[in-house]
Amino acid sequence: MRRVATECGRVVAASCLLALVACSRPSGSPTPVPITTSRELTADQQVRHVLSRLGYGARPGDFARVRALGVDRWIAAQLQPEQIADPDLDSALARFPALAASQAQVMDVAADRGVLDKHLRDRRKLLLTGDSLPGSVIRQMVSADSAAFDSVNRRSQRFLTDLQIAKVTRAVMSERQLLEVMVDFWENHFSVYAAKGPVRYYLLGYDRDVIRPHALGAFRDLLRAVARSPAMLYYLDNWQSGAEPDRPTLAGFLAQRQASMERKPIPPRQFGKAGRGLNENYARELLELHTVGVNGGYTQPDVINVARALTGWSVKEPEAVGQFVFRPDLHDGGAKSMLGLRIDPGRGLDEGDAVLDYLAGHPSTARFIATKLIQRFVSDTAPAALVERAAARFRETGGNIREVVRTIVTSPEFFSRAGYRAKVKSPFELVTTALRALDVSVDSTARVVNAVAQLGQPLFGHLAPDGYPERGEEWINTGSILNRINFGLRVGNAQYPGMHWQTWLTRIGAWQATRSSQVDAILDAVLGGEASWDTREILKRGVNPLGGIAAPAGNRERGGAQPGPASDPPADLAGLIRMVGLALGAPEFQRR
Amino acid sequence: MRSGAMAMVSIGLSPAFLQRLAFATGRRPVGPGKVLIVLFQRGAADGLNVVVPHGDPAYYQLRPTIAIPRPSTGVASAVDLDGFFGLHPALSSLKPLYDRGMLAAIHAVGSPSSTRSHFDAQNFMETGIPDDKNTHDGWLNRYLQVAPSKAPFRAVAIAGQTPRAFEGPAPTIAMTNVTDFTVRSSGTDIQRLEALYRTGSADLIHGTGTETFEAMKLLKAASPEKYVPANGASYPAAPFGRALQQIAQLVKANVGLEIAFTDVGGWDTHVNQGSVSGQLAQRLDEFGRGIAALTTDLGDRMADVVIVTMSEFGRMVKENGDAGTDHGHAGVMFAIGGSIRGGKVLGQWPGLAPEQLYEGRDLALTTDFRTVLSEVVRTHLGADRLDAVFPGFPAGAPDLRLVAGADA
Repeated sequence: MRRVATECGRVVAASCLLALVACSRPSGSPTPVPITTSRELTADQQVRHVLSRLGYGARPGDFARVRALGVDRWIAAQLQPEQIADPDLDSALARFPALAASQAQVMDVAADRGVLDKHLRDRRKLLLTGDSLPGSVIRQMVSADSAAFDSVNRRSQRFLTDLQIAKVTRAVMSERQLLEVMVDFWENHFSVYAAKGPVRYYLLGYDRDVIRPHALGAFRDLLRAVARSPAMLYYLDNWQSGAEPDRPTLAGFLAQRQASMERKPIPPRQFGKAGRGLNENYARELLELHTVGVNGGYTQPDVINVARALTGWSVKEPEAVGQFVFRPDLHDGGAKSMLGLRIDPGRGLDEGDAVLDYLAGHPSTARFIATKLIQRFVSDTAPAALVERAAARFRETGGNIREVVRTIVTSPEFFSRAGYRAKVKSPFELVTTALRALDVSVDSTARVVNAVAQLGQPLFGHLAPDGYPERGEEWINTGSILNRINFGLRVGNAQYPGMHWQTWLTRIGAWQATRSSQVDAILDAVLGGEASWDTREILKRGVNPLGGIAAPAGNRERGGAQPGPASDPPADLAGLIRMVGLALGAPEFQRR
Repeated sequence: MRSGAMAMVSIGLSPAFLQRLAFATGRRPVGPGKVLIVLFQRGAADGLNVVVPHGDPAYYQLRPTIAIPRPSTGVASAVDLDGFFGLHPALSSLKPLYDRGMLAAIHAVGSPSSTRSHFDAQNFMETGIPDDKNTHDGWLNRYLQVAPSKAPFRAVAIAGQTPRAFEGPAPTIAMTNVTDFTVRSSGTDIQRLEALYRTGSADLIHGTGTETFEAMKLLKAASPEKYVPANGASYPAAPFGRALQQIAQLVKANVGLEIAFTDVGGWDTHVNQGSVSGQLAQRLDEFGRGIAALTTDLGDRMADVVIVTMSEFGRMVKENGDAGTDHGHAGVMFAIGGSIRGGKVLGQWPGLAPEQLYEGRDLALTTDFRTVLSEVVRTHLGADRLDAVFPGFPAGAPDLRLVAGADA
């Protein structure tokens, strides 16, 4: 049975249909369980689906485990991560003591680095301009400086690197798979850019104290925590935002009120400083990206008023202390109104919280967050009926994220055929699902983190506040396909540490007597058996079923000896590893 | 002066539809088409010491130690262009292009945004919409969207990461080295992988995968690893020089390259900037020799090529206490190519007297960078939907008559 390809390489429609039919039931699987619920997927498909959507794919043994437990019970358990023990992860993370560092400890190292930076600059100046010291002396000084600098630099870089490695390690090793998906979701929803100023020093706290505790909690609490985080305040410039020159400051307002209560002469009004002024960046993204969404019905005056309510929400000495501080001298002391909410003058810090709570409870927010969650869990285009139900759940539970997610991942839409394997993996998902499928334990080097970055998703490295895209098209282009294929091949070339090939191949039952059965075992382990007929044939026969099309001119297949179905000798260890590389580079592995 | 360049314009043009036809019918190399090469100087280059206003006395008053001496005052002095402006001597490699009418400098140009943050200013310049943080795609990607084509190497950045200017839905490629654009495996496995993407369902992933293998073959046929620059061109042995050489390779390989991008850092000269020699001079030497080598290497193909340089903002007019310069406002851009009406310094000079400075300290802006880019996009690349490439930028903005084209 051969596929006929058109000239441009696409398969003609009729054979597409055939291919779909062929791949919907992997050969050798048991008879599908009759569909008795509103779920379109078979029982086995449901297992694979939850493993790839509520987590980072299946490790060897996961499929059987979830199947035995039951999909619904597994989902319920994942929604209660605090009740899941995670000893393997805990011991893996113990290798990263920096993760437990307090903000003060982090900033100590950051400050050291700042001092050294300046010191080095001065020395370089001396080297370039100074003629009072002999060159050898200066060179010695600079090299001593460099050693000190390197040491502090390494320590200061370590916070971000460790956090990035920990993020991959958690995705790969944690039993709390859904929690890790949700943390990733929120870190992307509330995206900050590590390379902007001191943000890199704020990220440990951002991940540990801001996002994680609320990832399945109340949206309102999450929003409040983000709004007080130095990471967001610095990234979106709110720490600098102050009352406009024609508006009174809170400090002035309070002084006046105090004087009037004490029947003293009323001091003159104090206004915002010229040149400092209102910064709308955070307010705008708070509306557009964090809460009501770009179509949430707000106007530019709303943005300005939200920004005014949040003036004075600042960061204390960003390079040295890096903690939230409310500054009455910067805060706008006037009245504000936005989106139907009126705020009386002089409430201070409470105004920001009132705005955040109001936005968290706004129906547009319910709809916006529901849509985005559905795009992550179900499909790039969120089904309208499910958006309605999830948004309603958001409203009736006061923004309880756990309950909204439950509504989504137990819905018929979630278990629909249209949504099955319809999502394109992000680079982070590609790498973590590969490592899980191969049962790799992540080491403490940045190698895997770099692989994710090379594939186009540097962790905490998205420059714009919108986060990485949810839509598949945005991840797929000629360059990215090439990088993805090469990533698979690198894993297949055994270039990642922590991979125990012999053990893994034995565990998945790859030591079979024929190449065909070896291919089936590997495709089961890597692709959950979801490989097209063509993919199986290409891996089994070692040749392209399309014949000459793929063969470069003048480069006939060598070494493969074109084994036909009659002679089907098994591959050796190296051959099996290559086969894994091809499976990871296959189109099927790009989906989840 | 113009005749040489004009003569070149007439050779080797291939209408865009022929290019697309070539891709629709097979994987034959496409004929030569128009190319835009964008070079971003990251870190805010000091425009005043790049193209020196030696005719403005305030320049010398405000820069007692770092100013570039007036032309012909010694070996190391500004290379005069028009009696008022001169090139930094480290850019003398660009003078022949100016003399041949292929290079224009645009002064007091830049982004109207008042920001002095590298981070924000680079973003604004690459999205092409100053002061709008809600725009996520880049101006070059928007150009690719308004004039769609399937050529796989249509937009290539020689860079570790996709630059902001390339971000958006239209496909682009970012790579550090053209020889990296390959599947790293044996011939047999490459064939298997290609077969995996050519068979199965005709979805986004399979379709793009098939294009990827087509592109690989196209590039392989051009043997980039055996490349020898033409006409004795010699690129600086540094990342920027290597990036430019790779762009030249892609242009000459006829793989459908239309937009190339690369960047070069090291312009943030707060301390010990130097004058005719020193830090900035070293950066400019590499910058100028790289561009000169690129134009030499491309030879007659320069008829189809325009190179545009830009930096996020300029630097303060007055030098600081560390013999350097702090973040400023307007700067300088270069446009180089066969169709550029070069041999002059374009734009309006605002002057450097105290009352003429932006916020009392910086070179004022008289030309929006989008004026330059719009003209290149419209006249050189032939795009008509400028409102889509630079939304909000008035279509009737003054024309510099920078590019010779159909409307000239």
